[in-house]
Amino acid sequence: MKALWSEAVISGIGELKPERKTDGINTMDLLMRVSAEAAQDAGIEVGEIDGLLVGPQVGETPQHVPATVAEYFGMQPTMSNVVDLGGASGPGMIWRAAAAIQMGMCETVLCVLGNHRNPVLPRSHNRNPAREFDTPFGASGANTSYALLMQAHMSQYGCAAEDYAAIAAGARANAQLNPLAIFHGKPVDVEGVLASPMVTSPLHLLEIVMPVAGGEAVIVTTPGKARKSAHRPVRLLGAGEKITHRAVSQAPSLTSGPLKPSIARALQQAAMDVSDIRFLSLYDCYTIMVAATIEDAGLCKPGDFGQWLSANGGMGLGARQPINTHGGQLGFGQPDLAGGMTHVVEAVRQLRGTANGRQIEDCETALVTGNGATMSEAVALILGSVS
Amino acid sequence: MKTVLQELSVPGPTVTALTEPFWNAVKFGRLMIQHCAACHRAVFYPRTICPHCWADALTWTEATGQGRLKSYSEIWKPGHPGWIPATPYLVGLVELDEGPTMLSHILADGAKVTVGDAVHFAPTQIGDQILPCFKIT
Ligand SMILES: [Zn+2]
Repeated sequence: MKALWSEAVISGIGELKPERKTDGINTMDLLMRVSAEAAQDAGIEVGEIDGLLVGPQVGETPQHVPATVAEYFGMQPTMSNVVDLGGASGPGMIWRAAAAIQMGMCETVLCVLGNHRNPVLPRSHNRNPAREFDTPFGASGANTSYALLMQAHMSQYGCAAEDYAAIAAGARANAQLNPLAIFHGKPVDVEGVLASPMVTSPLHLLEIVMPVAGGEAVIVTTPGKARKSAHRPVRLLGAGEKITHRAVSQAPSLTSGPLKPSIARALQQAAMDVSDIRFLSLYDCYTIMVAATIEDAGLCKPGDFGQWLSANGGMGLGARQPINTHGGQLGFGQPDLAGGMTHVVEAVRQLRGTANGRQIEDCETALVTGNGATMSEAVALILGSVS
Repeated sequence: MKTVLQELSVPGPTVTALTEPFWNAVKFGRLMIQHCAACHRAVFYPRTICPHCWADALTWTEATGQGRLKSYSEIWKPGHPGWIPATPYLVGLVELDEGPTMLSHILADGAKVTVGDAVHFAPTQIGDQILPCFKIT
């Protein structure tokens, strides 16, 4: 399979500090602020951006989103779309941007996600079948779905609660190196994770992401335009995507997800083996998600993620393959759909060599995963700093 | 003291014209699911077109009500506050003998629950609704 991605590169990133609550600010302002930061990082003017990918606007306008955002931002893109793959939306934007550039539809794409967090404003109405066939039984929300996935994994492979908790503790440890992280200054060990309240068994409170306000933006462009950035460009070497279901009851498997074929495809396009990857930037809404992703990536046999993590030397900078050095969403916080983009932004930092205070040595390749809904929307990217 | 399920004030199903046969049957103690006359596979939740083969050939048939627990969770912090008086309670994924999987409320009477347990259909009043729950066999 010939890689299509030889042209498009990532030249700019923007990131807001997560906040537990926001007051007065709307999502459009957050998106604009983080976009301006990404454009400045890329060394480009707003007039040079001719592609726009945005997420669905929770609590904002439900229709004509690209046009609304373009008008608000003062842009007139020649390619635009809403990308809604839940938590996989961020990584899903990156290959779509690259494909549009490769197709000649545009030259520079702004990919932006974010949300304010004000409990007073209504969220969108839920019309999907889960409302009728899950909610009446007392099973509303993602926590229950992931608990069901985790219990199935635990029962099938006999993994210990400590194995999963180590992922949350590892994320918190990494968050101590990131002043932006919501849990910066608040480390926790495995015992602390297991001592936190049971939310929906076998998930403890500290195995679940903290919702925060925030935003992430990425500029994807041509190598020519990328020269305006002070940083070295980051290349997209491979991508894979698969969507399998929505409700957890409809999952083809409870212990393995669509990231498995997505990661395999991305590695194949990049002509790499997973052992060639230096940095693992893995979507982590819940501890079980990282466990399943380690196994689906082929790093170990199903059920062996705990042993693999120990042999890897944990998740930190000293690990053979460090994981989620920004703290992951478990340590950094989950700024709504932008949560998945934090994994892209951290990979770009590591590949540029600008992850101040938490730089991985000789970091030239990264696997970024995105996961949406109930382990059901998957995107995998291989990013590289190699020319 | 644990609240009885019928005292709960919780959201019930948003029944549609399509799903009405399913919910009506539950009231009479029957578990109805769809079958496709074209590919002979069972379908849940209800649709108008078969998701396996896209044929417009779905008919309602009564399920045996027997199944197997694929996973479960004991809920301590529910997504909807109306469920708080019932905590902790069990939900699970039930694979029906006919093939499809449905999420349901699981009645275990305090017994230890394990993945793989046999379960059977047990219509139960939750709030002001009769819902298709399952009991450990
Ligand atoms: Zn059929």
